Amino acid sequence: MDQARRRTALLVSLWTGLIALLLYLPILCGALASLSKGRYFGFPVRAFSTEWWERTFASIEIGMIVENSLLVAALVTLLSVVFAFFGALAFARYDWKGRRLFQKLVLLPIFFPQPVLGLALLLWFSALGIQTSWMTAVFAHLVWIVPVVTLIIAIQVYGFDPALEEAARDLGASRWQVLREVTLPLLWPGIWSGALFAFLLSWGNFPLSLYTAGADSTVPKWLYSKMVAGYTPMVPALGTMSTLVAAAALLLGGLVMLLLRRRSAA
Amino acid sequence: MVSLSVSDRATDTATKPAGAPRLPFRLSPGARAALPLLGLLAVGFLAPLLAILAFSFAPPRSFAVLRAFSLANYAELFSLSNTVWLSFLWSIGFALATVVLLALIAYPIAFGLTFVFGRWSGLVSVLFVFPLFVSENVRLYGWVLFFIKNGVLDGSLKALGFSGGPQVLYTSGMILAGMVYTYLPFMLFPMTLGLAMVPRDLIDAARDLGAGRWQIWREVEVPLAMPGILIGTLLTFVLAIGAVAEAKILGGQSVIVISHDIEIAFTYSQNWPLGSALAVLVTLFIGTLTLLALQRLDLDRLLGRR
Repeated sequence: MDQARRRTALLVSLWTGLIALLLYLPILCGALASLSKGRYFGFPVRAFSTEWWERTFASIEIGMIVENSLLVAALVTLLSVVFAFFGALAFARYDWKGRRLFQKLVLLPIFFPQPVLGLALLLWFSALGIQTSWMTAVFAHLVWIVPVVTLIIAIQVYGFDPALEEAARDLGASRWQVLREVTLPLLWPGIWSGALFAFLLSWGNFPLSLYTAGADSTVPKWLYSKMVAGYTPMVPALGTMSTLVAAAALLLGGLVMLLLRRRSAA
Repeated sequence: MVSLSVSDRATDTATKPAGAPRLPFRLSPGARAALPLLGLLAVGFLAPLLAILAFSFAPPRSFAVLRAFSLANYAELFSLSNTVWLSFLWSIGFALATVVLLALIAYPIAFGLTFVFGRWSGLVSVLFVFPLFVSENVRLYGWVLFFIKNGVLDGSLKALGFSGGPQVLYTSGMILAGMVYTYLPFMLFPMTLGLAMVPRDLIDAARDLGAGRWQIWREVEVPLAMPGILIGTLLTFVLAIGAVAEAKILGGQSVIVISHDIEIAFTYSQNWPLGSALAVLVTLFIGTLTLLALQRLDLDRLLGRR
């Protein structure tokens, strides 16, 4: 019996490893292409060079696009955490009449294809006479990302004991004090991972930005336009850089999470 | 919980200064907390959907929304000469195949995350979440570099003395592979949440009572993990129905999927009413499926039990 279990474990691990490898293979191919010399990619790589990375770094156009992407992601993070914090309380903390319906409503944008959502928003903005720009892209990102972040924070809220809030109230804390000194500290890990998700999902989002950012470009949007017409090795170079930024953000966020958890355990 | 919201309300009225204006009705704390999000969804989700609904009844190729009423767009979509049903069929076919393949691929991984990897689960999860944060066009383009002529596969095979790699780019099979690749996490994580609901003791008990591996899987694991599997299935199906980047980047537009048709109507042909009618049909299809499936789910149990 134990042997059978060990065999299952081995097979499952091998399979997981294989799929993980396939998951990262295209990302590695991109990195390889960005580091090869010459305008057109060929394998095996004949000569390596950092030329395309340098040119990508030096490009003023790309600098502006990166700034756009960072600005959008930062605003989306900030706003979505505020929306999702209260949303998660309504989702999991309070027992109220419309809760079941609310829970399902929150899921709907997640269960909706983003290209169609992006096009519907584009039409909606133009019906309202709003010029699309990076600001409308922020709004579009929020529609999709706030529900995701709400779910993430809600998972933390489920593990939270409402009696603690009540006790603080009974001991004379004001509504604001309860929020600041009981609710927020207890939900901090959930809020933090929600913020991390918001940043990363906005940073990498392509379909919503494509239709709702108007004349402004974000990193994924710019990459796509160059993939369709006018490939240069700056495409994989910027793609790899943007992957590295996401990895760094995830690492940093993970470290902060670890610290938060350690502090709340202490 | 119920008694709590009552006590909340009691303290609210008690702490209120006597002179404060009273609203005709008071929202419960839960409803008040839900308001900002509901507002966002009303303006950013419901309103755009109503806008495409309104546009879909405007005369074709016009912008006369709500000023004229016409069913011409729907008539055009349903006329036999229109090939849009072909795109619909492609999208549904891709989505079905994606779901089946993903269920098979993701199950062992979800099983591993729940029962095998132990303290490594967190790390493995991060490994599988991370690609979500890399724009899908970057990842799909990586596959182009892998499969393209003189790319990683073709080049390696040539270097080894073979005649070169297979030409798989710009085929429908490649589009399907791209969708399976892109949506793996959306199947994997709901499935893992579902499997986490299966008590380990129950599996051990079934084994002690003489059930075989297959029997345990069929009669314990899968039924108990069903809510998670259902969410994963629905999520990947719906996302694959709306997918367009795979067909554009890996398919080289050899197949036109339904979202691509909508995009063409909105952009190149500037026929917003027709594109809206198409988007309405897709929304109805997806919305019906989603609502039917969500009705059977208890989200509190799925998300709350950790």
